Order: sequence, then structure tokens, then C-alpha cells
Amino acid sequence: MPIRDKTYDVLVAGGGNAALCAAITARQAGASVILVESAPKAFRGGNSRHTRNLRAMHDKPNAVLTDAYTEDEYWDDLLRVTGGNTDESLARMTIRASSGLFGWMRANGVRFQPSLTGTLNLGRTNAFFLGGGKALVNAYYLTAARLGVEILYDSEVISLNMDNGAVRSIDITWRGFPETLHARCVVASAGGFQANLDWMRQYWGDAVDNFVIRGTPYNRGGVLRNMLGQGVAAIGDPTQCHAVALDARAPKFDGGITTRLDSVPFSVVVNRNGDRFYDEGEDVWPKRYAIWGRLIAQQPEQIAYSICDARAFPLFMPSVFPAIVADTLEELAMKLKLDPAKLRDTIDAFNKAVKPGQVFDGSKLDGNATEGLAPNKTNWARAVDKPPFYGYPLRPGITFTYLGVRVNDKAQVLMDNGKPTGNLFASGEIMAGNILGKGYLAGFGMTIGTVFGRIAGQEAARRARN
Amino acid sequence: MRETDAVINARREIEVCNACRYCEGFCAVFPAIEQRRDFTAGDISYLANLCHNCRGCYYACQYAPPHQWGINIPATLAEVRNESYAEYAWPRPLARTFQRNGTLLSLAAALCLALVLFLGIRLNSATNFFGAHGTQPESFYTIIPLPVLQAVGIASFGFSLLALAMGARSFWRDAGPRDKVTPSALGIALWDVLTLKNLGGGGNGCNDNSEAFSMRRRYLHHAMFYGFLLCFAATCTGFVYHSFLGWPAPYPFLSLPVLLGTVGGIGLIAGSVGMVAMRFADDPVPNVARLRGGDVALLLLLALIAVTGLVLLAVRATGAMGLAMSIHLGFILAFFLMLPYSKMVHGVYRTAALLRRAVERTMKPLGGE
Ligand SMILES: Cc1cc2nc3c(=O)[nH]c(=O)nc-3n(C[C@H](O)[C@H](O)[C@H](O)COP(=O)(O)OP(=O)(O)OC[C@H]3O[C@@H](n4cnc5c(N)ncnc54)[C@H](O)[C@@H]3O)c2cc1C
Ligand code: SF4
Ligand code: SF4
Repeated sequence: MPIRDKTYDVLVAGGGNAALCAAITARQAGASVILVESAPKAFRGGNSRHTRNLRAMHDKPNAVLTDAYTEDEYWDDLLRVTGGNTDESLARMTIRASSGLFGWMRANGVRFQPSLTGTLNLGRTNAFFLGGGKALVNAYYLTAARLGVEILYDSEVISLNMDNGAVRSIDITWRGFPETLHARCVVASAGGFQANLDWMRQYWGDAVDNFVIRGTPYNRGGVLRNMLGQGVAAIGDPTQCHAVALDARAPKFDGGITTRLDSVPFSVVVNRNGDRFYDEGEDVWPKRYAIWGRLIAQQPEQIAYSICDARAFPLFMPSVFPAIVADTLEELAMKLKLDPAKLRDTIDAFNKAVKPGQVFDGSKLDGNATEGLAPNKTNWARAVDKPPFYGYPLRPGITFTYLGVRVNDKAQVLMDNGKPTGNLFASGEIMAGNILGKGYLAGFGMTIGTVFGRIAGQEAARRARN
Repeated sequence: MRETDAVINARREIEVCNACRYCEGFCAVFPAIEQRRDFTAGDISYLANLCHNCRGCYYACQYAPPHQWGINIPATLAEVRNESYAEYAWPRPLARTFQRNGTLLSLAAALCLALVLFLGIRLNSATNFFGAHGTQPESFYTIIPLPVLQAVGIASFGFSLLALAMGARSFWRDAGPRDKVTPSALGIALWDVLTLKNLGGGGNGCNDNSEAFSMRRRYLHHAMFYGFLLCFAATCTGFVYHSFLGWPAPYPFLSLPVLLGTVGGIGLIAGSVGMVAMRFADDPVPNVARLRGGDVALLLLLALIAVTGLVLLAVRATGAMGLAMSIHLGFILAFFLMLPYSKMVHGVYRTAALLRRAVERTMKPLGGE
């Protein structure tokens, strides 16, 4: 229960990775801390509970990472995915700080999987949490509680009441009842706004009704909108979000990692009308994974169908939902509610266009392409003709939004006039757009949250106790 | 293994895990899942018996209840595991013993106790049964003659071993053909059994009733398991002393059999009583409440065997020896008879599952990253 007449040193808005790192760090620096999480305990931890790894720079192999991953290589990767839409000094600071995170994370309860040489191609760049993100979040909550951080579940931050560039009081609901709290400093770590479909509708129209939100339903952007409405500087394109191809049968929220589908490169993908619309074999899947959400969002009714045959079926990770199977393409079309004659035409045309080519190799760009189609498939093109046939319906799955608040290297939130606020800090998804203005680098979200969470916690505690 | 509701539900959950794989660092179950894409009922029984019930994967699961998918691997696999005990029970009609196992085990213990006491008192004169025999050689056998003791012991234990072996054979076949068992696989499996490597979520410990990890269960199981082995070693040494060296029981306090038995008995009591206590303090959600009776009855039977053994040691020179020995032997008889029809079978199937896992360890996981 929150204490009304107490002035906390630090109030943390949010309950995911970034919030927890800030709360723990501030408490360890001696501050009194209250953390306000809008989800109930069972669903605490935001999108962080769905994660599995973070990306860390390192000069030599260690207990959880193989080989080396230098600052420059990391920076190059970031530059490539963002197309330069980043802030080099904040980015390099984050990258450098990522190499020193393990000790702190371990000390606060996080456990890692031992590095797996070779098998996982991310084993070099990304450290995997033992048990995944929920285990990480559990560990941090235990640590926070042990240190004496006050934790409110089922409590939503409604407004950070700002005056003259500083937060004076904080309106929240505590289990549905309004309360006003006081804190010397505030850390905003409440994630993006992708679960707020009405806000998303402003940019996407009614297509959002066919979007799947991969993570928590609690990231509704209330804190973000509240700050932006009080003269805080925005960063990131509000219309943009990270969208991937998901199994259309995924739940509307919180389906997490398991509803993703890796079948695209080994399939023919058609829309509602039975037409192909993009090169399924453009590049290896991890590099093209994130463009397919947008592609499907642009199709009629925001749906597409991945079709493959018995030869292709064993080549990709199973989805959580069973494939739709049929002995003929017509029967498969009926099951998927597509026009059977049209699907047959599309596949026949595709099969005819496959150039007799090189050896099929699913592990690299193998150059097996079609000829004369619009669009062509440029790799892994192979006739779809070995029954049974398999189909998966696909929808756009939204991971996060890019809009955020502008911060400096002390995690201080900046006002429209470029001046830092006196006592307001931000960490995590809510400020990730400063560094990741576009695209995505696997494991970078948790790195940003951890690095800036710790900075925000440190700075907030220092300021509050001065 | 039949396609029961528990198997069907386990398959659904396991297929979620196979698409997720976040728990692969916890134990042997997840790497074994990753090597498969289709799961026969036999596969699921294998995975169920491979699970050590540490609950790590339940607390770590983003799809655990109240998520609508309600993924709860420890409870789901415990259901299948219990059904698998019935499935492989030999002779077949005794499969039913796993239905109300706690009640049955308690009844068996009471009956054996009554039987041994009744016969002990009926077939002995009161002066003999209640007389003080001091520590003269063969004092125990004045109450129950050695040949009777040996015959009943060997017959009941021997039958149980046969039944366990038949069960293990059914289990092994059910999970489908596998590569040859190599000495190195045997070594790995033995190490896994002796260290309980998989009980404790990748080395951090179990989740007893919260997200916090603890080694308590692993240590208690070790106390119980190694206590049990020491008691068994005590019996074997006694047998060697008597049959080969011509030294009949009872043995002095500082003799090998008595020392082994005493230390083992204390371990057995500490381990089993501790595990009973934990069984009541556990988080109920990743558990199957219905199975608690059988688990607790077995743990208490083990504790009672050890307690009565220690009591017998204390009173063996007095007139209470006959009574104490009859009670001790009554519990042991029940244990021998119920060995293949109690939770004790988990040791056999889990060992077999670990061996299978060790055999297939070099297979590659299916699917990409
Ligand atoms: C399926 C999936 C898998 C992912 N995998 C990875 C991965 O492996 N590695 C990686 O680096 N990134 C991954 N990401 C991205 C990653 O989730 C984010 O980058 C990261 O979790 C952001 O952390 P955060 O603490 O800022 O936000 P979150 O973890 O989303 O936390 C936001 C918190 O704020 C709370 N909140 C929201 N509004 C309010 C309010 N008004 N009042 C109070 N509380 C509020 C929410 O309840 C939540 O607890 C994944 C994302 C998804 C969806
Ligand atoms: S138990 Fe849950 S988190 Fe673990 S692998 Fe299965 S689905 Fe994933
Ligand atoms: S041993 Fe533990 S982590 Fe492994 S499946 Fe069983 S409960 Fe889950």
C-alpha cells in the first residue's frame, strides 16, 4: 500500500526490465524507492517477460558468450539496421556499458545459460537468460523486495504532474482507486504504446483490428503520452512499429515468442486473393523476419498464407499451432478459405517459373530462383508439388513502437527546448528510439533497458539524496 | 502408453515448449524435446519420467496459469508419470494399485505389521517373545528363525525386483528404438542419478513455493537416498559377516553393520521427514494434489523403517526386543512387497529415462534457431 504523506526519493513508473534495473540501482544507492506496475503480479514484467537474451560486447570468450564481439562490430551492426537513425554517442556509450553488465545482473539474481559453441548462431553476440525473460524478471523482483523497494501491482501511473520542468507529484490508481504520491525523482520505464489500439488506429486505421500484439496488454503508453503532453521532447517516428509475421491464430495479446513463424523462406506466400506479393527468398530469415509484418499489414484484410509441401515442411521450427494439412492444393485452399482455382494457378505458375538450378541449401542463400514472375523468389525456390501440402495463416505481429522521449547520457528526459528536466529520467523502450530509431537488433532492447535503467537509477538516487 | 487425456494435454504443452525453448538450460527434458517434432505417447512417457519435478520451468514460463494457455509442465508431467507407473505395472492387473496409492500403501503396512506381530507372538512362547536375550549371538533368531527370515526376505524382494525389471522393460520399449547403450552413456546416466544433476534447474536449485531457488529438496533427497543405500549396505555386511565369516548378529555398536545402519537410518529419517514437510509447504499449482497421499505414505514408511530400526538397536538387549523386531520387520516386509507398486518405481523409470537421454545426447536438435 502506498504511503500518501511520504516523499519517496525515487518513484519508478513501470515494472519491466528497465524499471527493475532502475529501482534496484536506486535502492542500492541508498534511496527509498517505490515501483508502480500496472499489471497484476501474475503478468508483471511487461514485454521483458517475453524476452530471452541480451546483446553484449566482449573482447574474449566468457562463461556465456563465445569468441569476441567488439565495439566497432556492434556499432556497425547497429548502423546497418537503423540506417543511421541513431545517436552515435549514446549508442557507443550503451555498447561499451553492455560489456560490464553480467556481474551486476548475476549479483542481482539473473542466471545465464552456458555458452553453446556453434549450435546457435547468436551464441557469440547474445547472452541467454536461464529460463528466459520471466525468470529474469522474477529474479529482479525478488532482489527488489529483499532490498526494501516498495512494489505496487495493479497500479497505473496516470499523470506525472510537471511544473517548471520538474515533476511535483504523481497521480496513480492503486487497485482502481485514485491516489497522489510524492517523489523527489521519477524514472519513467513504462514501455511503448503498442497495446493501445486506439492510439495505433490514428496511424494505421482499422487495420489494427487485425494486428496481433505480441507482448503485454499493459503497455498502453499512458506515461509516454502524459509526458509528451507537457512539453517533453519526442523522439522516433510515431507511425512506426516493429512488426513481424505471426501465426494468425495467435492470441490478441501476450502470445510471445511461440507464435512466430519461420516458414516464409521455404514457402510460397499468397494474400487473401491468392496472389503472391513479395520475394519470399530475399535474404536469410533473421534478416527479413521484421519486414514481413509490414508487408502483411499492407495486404487486404491484413492476412497472408504461407504454403509449402512435404519437402519444405521439416526445414523450419515448428509453430505452436499445427499446420493446416491437405493432400491436394485445392483441398488446402478450401481449408484456408482461399479460391482453390486461384491458388492452383498461382502455384502452377510458380512451379513453372522455377529455374533448374543448384543444390538446394536451406542454410545459405542458395540462388535457386524463379524467372519471369512478378515478384520472383530469388532463393530456395523449389516446385511445391510433394503432398501433403501445408498452410499457415499469417498476420502482422507488433513487438514495440518507436515513439519515445528524448534523453541525454544521464538518462535525463529533455524538454522541447532541449533543456533537461530537473528530476525526470527514462529508461527502456520508452527512450529506446534515441538509439534505435529504426529496425531492430536481436537482444538490443534488453541491453538498452539494463544500461539506461542502471544510469537512471543511479542519477535519480544521487539527485534525490542531494 | 495409451492416449489418455493427460497424454494429450502434455503433448499440447510440450509442443508449446518446442516452439519456445526458453527453458532448455534447466534440465534434460527440454533438449530431449528439441530433438523431436512429433511426440508419440511413448515419447511423452519418456519425457515425463525424465522430469525431476524441480518446478523451474513453471515459474519461468510466460504462459503459466493464469495465462490462457495455462502451461504447467511439472504438474502435467507428474500426471503422465503416475499414469505411466500404472501402465508399466507387472503383473498387469496390479496397475490399479496406483489409483489410491496412499491408502493402499498404508493398508499394506498395517497388514504386514499385524501379520508379523501375530505370528511372532503366536509361534513364540511369551517368555521367549518378551524375554530379555541380552546380546548373545543369534538372539534375533530365537524370535524368528533365520531360515524363515531369509526365505520371506528373498521371496518378497526377489519378486519385487522381477516386477520392477518387467516394468523397466515395458518402459524402455514404449519410447521406441534407440541406439546402442554404450559404457559412456551408462556412466553419464549413473552420474546423473547419483548427483541428481537435473534436480535443481541448471544448478541453481528447485523452486519450492516461490520464484526463489533452493537446494533443500536436492539435499533432502540425497540424505534419504544415501541413507537408504547405507542401510542396504548394513544389511549386506551383516549377511557377509554371518554367512561367510561366521559372525552372527547382533553386532556391537562400533561394528561396521551397526555404524552403517545407524548413520543411514538417521539420513533416511531426516530426508524423508523433511520431504514430507516440504510436500505440505509446496506451492500447490505446479503439483498434483491427488498424488500427495502416495508420496507421503511411502516417505513415512521409509522413515518408520529407519525409526524402528534404531529403536531395535536401542532395546535389543531388553525384553522389548521381540516386539521391536517384529514391528521393524513388519514395515520392511510391507516395503519389499509394495516396492513395485509405490512411488519407489520412479527410481527405476527415471534411471532408464536418463540412460535413454544419455544415449541420444549426441543427436542434433531439430529446427533452426
Ligand atoms: C515476444 C517478444 C520477444 C522479445 N525478445 C527480446 C529478446 O530476446 N531480447 C531483447 O533484448 N528484447 C526482446 N524483446 C524486446 C523487449 O521486450 C523490450 O525491448 C524490453 O522488454 C523493454 O523493456 P522495458 O522495461 O522498457 O519495457 P517492458 O518490459 O515492456 O515494461 C513496461 C512496463 O511498464 C508497465 N506500464 C505500462 N504503462 C504503465 C503505467 N501507466 N503505469 C504503470 N506501469 C505501466 C507495464 O506493465 C510493464 O511492466 C522482445 C519483445 C517481444 C514482444
Ligand atoms: S515451460 Fe514455458 S517458458 Fe519453458 S519452454 Fe515451455 S513454454 Fe517455454
Ligand atoms: S525437471 Fe524441472 S525444469 Fe525440467 S521439466 Fe521437470 S520441472 Fe521443468
